[in-house]
Amino acid sequence: MLVYTLKRLGLALLVTLAVSILSFALLYLSGDPAAAIAGETANADDIEAVRIYYGLNRPLVVQYGEWMFNAIRGDFGESYYFKLPVSQLVAERLSVTMLLGLCGISFALLTAVPLGVAAAVRPNSIIDRVALFLSVTGQAIPSFWFGLILIVLFSIKLRILPPSGSDSWQNFVMPTIVLGYYAMPAIMRLTRAGMLDVLGADYVRTARAKGAGEFRVMFKHALRNAIIPVVSVAAVQMGFMLGGSIVVESIFALHGAGYLAWESIGRNDLPTVQALILVFSMFYVVFTFLSDLLNAWLDPRMRVG
Amino acid sequence: MTNTTETINAVAPKVEPEVLSGPTPRQVLLAKVLGHKGLMFGAIALLIIFLMALFAPILAPYDPYHQNLMHRMVPPVWDAKGSWDNILGTDHLGRDYLSRLLYGARISLAIGAVAALISGIIGTTMGVAAGYFGGRVDSCVTFLINVRLAMPVVLVALAVVALFGGSLEVVITVLGLLLWDRFAVVMRSATLQLRSMEYVTAAKAIGCSTKRILLSEIMPNITNSLIVIITLEMAHAILLEAALSFLGLGVQPPTPSWGLMVSEGKQMLLFQPWMIAIPGVALFILVLAINLLGDGLRDVSAPENRS
Amino acid sequence: MENILSVRDLTVDIPLAAGTLHAVRGLDFDVKRGETLCVVGESGSGKSLTSLAIMGLLPKQAQRSAQVLDFEGIDLQKASNRDMRKLRGNRISMIFQEPMTSLNPAYTIGDQLIEALLLHRKVSKSVARNRAIELLEKVGITAAANRIKQYPHQLSGGLRQRVMIAMALMGEPDLIIADEPTTALDVTIQAQILRLLKDLQRELNMAMILITHDLGVVARVADKVAIMYAGEMVESGSAAEVFTAPKHPYTRGLLNCIPVPGKTAVGEPLGSIPGIVPSLIGDVTGCAFRTRCSEATPQCSADIPARVPSEGHFYRCVHDYDGPASPSMNLPKSEEA
Repeated sequence: MLVYTLKRLGLALLVTLAVSILSFALLYLSGDPAAAIAGETANADDIEAVRIYYGLNRPLVVQYGEWMFNAIRGDFGESYYFKLPVSQLVAERLSVTMLLGLCGISFALLTAVPLGVAAAVRPNSIIDRVALFLSVTGQAIPSFWFGLILIVLFSIKLRILPPSGSDSWQNFVMPTIVLGYYAMPAIMRLTRAGMLDVLGADYVRTARAKGAGEFRVMFKHALRNAIIPVVSVAAVQMGFMLGGSIVVESIFALHGAGYLAWESIGRNDLPTVQALILVFSMFYVVFTFLSDLLNAWLDPRMRVG
Repeated sequence: MTNTTETINAVAPKVEPEVLSGPTPRQVLLAKVLGHKGLMFGAIALLIIFLMALFAPILAPYDPYHQNLMHRMVPPVWDAKGSWDNILGTDHLGRDYLSRLLYGARISLAIGAVAALISGIIGTTMGVAAGYFGGRVDSCVTFLINVRLAMPVVLVALAVVALFGGSLEVVITVLGLLLWDRFAVVMRSATLQLRSMEYVTAAKAIGCSTKRILLSEIMPNITNSLIVIITLEMAHAILLEAALSFLGLGVQPPTPSWGLMVSEGKQMLLFQPWMIAIPGVALFILVLAINLLGDGLRDVSAPENRS
Repeated sequence: MENILSVRDLTVDIPLAAGTLHAVRGLDFDVKRGETLCVVGESGSGKSLTSLAIMGLLPKQAQRSAQVLDFEGIDLQKASNRDMRKLRGNRISMIFQEPMTSLNPAYTIGDQLIEALLLHRKVSKSVARNRAIELLEKVGITAAANRIKQYPHQLSGGLRQRVMIAMALMGEPDLIIADEPTTALDVTIQAQILRLLKDLQRELNMAMILITHDLGVVARVADKVAIMYAGEMVESGSAAEVFTAPKHPYTRGLLNCIPVPGKTAVGEPLGSIPGIVPSLIGDVTGCAFRTRCSEATPQCSADIPARVPSEGHFYRCVHDYDGPASPSMNLPKSEEA
């Protein structure tokens, strides 16, 4: 088991490394960073000065090497815009994003799993059709539009929720819904399919033959097995949510890492963007790794060496 | 003995072999397709939108780029202050909303189709290669898929578009180069399944070349999955482009992208909610149609794949 | 001795799109303590549904009815879900056919055994655990204290079936229903499991209903036999009686299929019963076996009388059979039919 874990960890690190190399190459090769930083009104001399100042005239490999070397020690350089260490900037904003992500996935799970179970227990009933309808429509609504609609509804018409800012918990309600709803259809469908499968399984019949009541059969025996693939999907979705936070945070003006990413891209603040890409991909990798561990814990059959 | 035979025949007469009449497999499939409500709705809606986009120059009452500053922010015809001159009203620069909507359909469909095509080619090639050749090729492709999945797509797309400059071509290319992962995953597992099937072994046994096996044995069987994934990724690309344009880093104004229209309408949220409602609903219907079509195709081609 | 279970006219109907499937049609049987009743039939004869009907575990759409469905004085038809739950795993236990999938893969066998007891007795977990170990040893699993921590996927099919048996015994049941408990196991293991069941039954003085399609199994364990065909009981009686003096053409056909070393002539084709089970959807009249019976007459499509040639021996047939029961019976060979 330990060897397996270490192997997976090693692979995860490699993936993160590859992502950082790729994004570094993308950023520093797409167009001319020096020109982008210098701005539209700069002339050739200004651009050259910028290039020398930021060390952008060195070979790419050297630039990357230096960046990686520092990054390992937690130094992501200095923001072109804020003149502050990038690590500090990111650390400040990350907590908001993490909180939002956790709320989002919790919202998705708390609505989608019960709905999926209910739909599976009563297939082709009203609740099944409602669940199906929600999942089909949910996947088609653009998230940014959904956010705006919610603002119109809850902030403008009903005036019960604030449209922007990050002071109180009310600021997080709509962003949570917008971030979470996109993961709901997948989780609901998976729960429903898994439950349908499992409810027909022999061991469920055995549980009933032992005299177990319906609730026990459904939750202790059936759901316990059906939830296993859902856990993987939920963890992966959590990873995606960090990326999706960009849109949500900018609509609701939540000062998290996503918002920072958007701002930094707009300002060509490459060190910040590079650091954020690394951080987001690391989180994804960590979450998938955790979901593998969780999977092994939930399904004893996976605990092979 | 004869007695017994007669007795048996009296009680249980001989069964004649039945000449099977009834519908052919193709007719059965057609019946399934036509009977599947989701599929039909999706196909028809998509067709309508496609025709709208195709005939936009004829259907649009005005030039979508033509500004008429005297008639800015006119509400749609169902509002008290609306008029039939501009059925869906005008935007903040006096451009007719209906015309922009129709031309916007072109953008969304073009992006969806081309991006899905590019990512489809990349992903399918990688997936099939991984599934068929296995071994190191497979490890390599799997690693690449993991790397791609670890990348925050929106972030990377935004960054690249920002640096290359926003335009339709750049957006399509970026999306095409980023959205191949699901193709690769599904095509890989489909190929893996098929590879172990006996007719491939049989083909190999009679000496078919790898290329021939790939083309004539494997491809026809994975086209089902392929078609479904194409529709899903088309929808994905359309939504992503809309999000990018909404954030200002996709298609640039004055091009009538639906996402851009929502972004432009965002300023007027308080007073003219129709400006975000209309393009949003359009996006919703388009993506819904594509998703229903994809789900329907999956149901009809292999009901056991239903998720 | 009194009957533990009495069943009269048990019927199970399943409504389908094509009509009502009469899966079980008017079964009568009794079981006493310490007695093993073997219900024999081919696939589709309705034998599994019979056991599910007794336990109250039929699928939702199925409709069960009976004149008598009595377990130790309890009317199972009137029993509520709650009452049935109190009986299941407690006084009536069931063992299923597929040991590979009948145990929950997410929990240790210890957990599942303990659950079987705690559902019906208010005892502490350690008491339940000890009983689980005790029963595992009784069913022949060595190092039980270690096995208890294992997961089902770590055990072989034979071991899992032993665990299932142990689990069925946790509540000290009065009646065990075993639905083809050895079908999915290797032949060598089959014999062991059957011997185990028989020993346990004797020791605990339980009644046992064993469902099977394998006459070899019947020969080993049965006190009473009930032969089912197409949802109906066509013959029943003590095992000795039915084996030596079978009356119904189906029973005789089944017995004829078993090659007997020394008696079946070398080179002779093995016996078989031509044809397939008829459809039970919609109205079914007369004898369901007549399409495959070599002795069928036109009367067979009308009502079939019940016959009782001797005490406890029952069969349904239009004809009165008095002939031999040996394996070299004169059943028509396929070319002559």
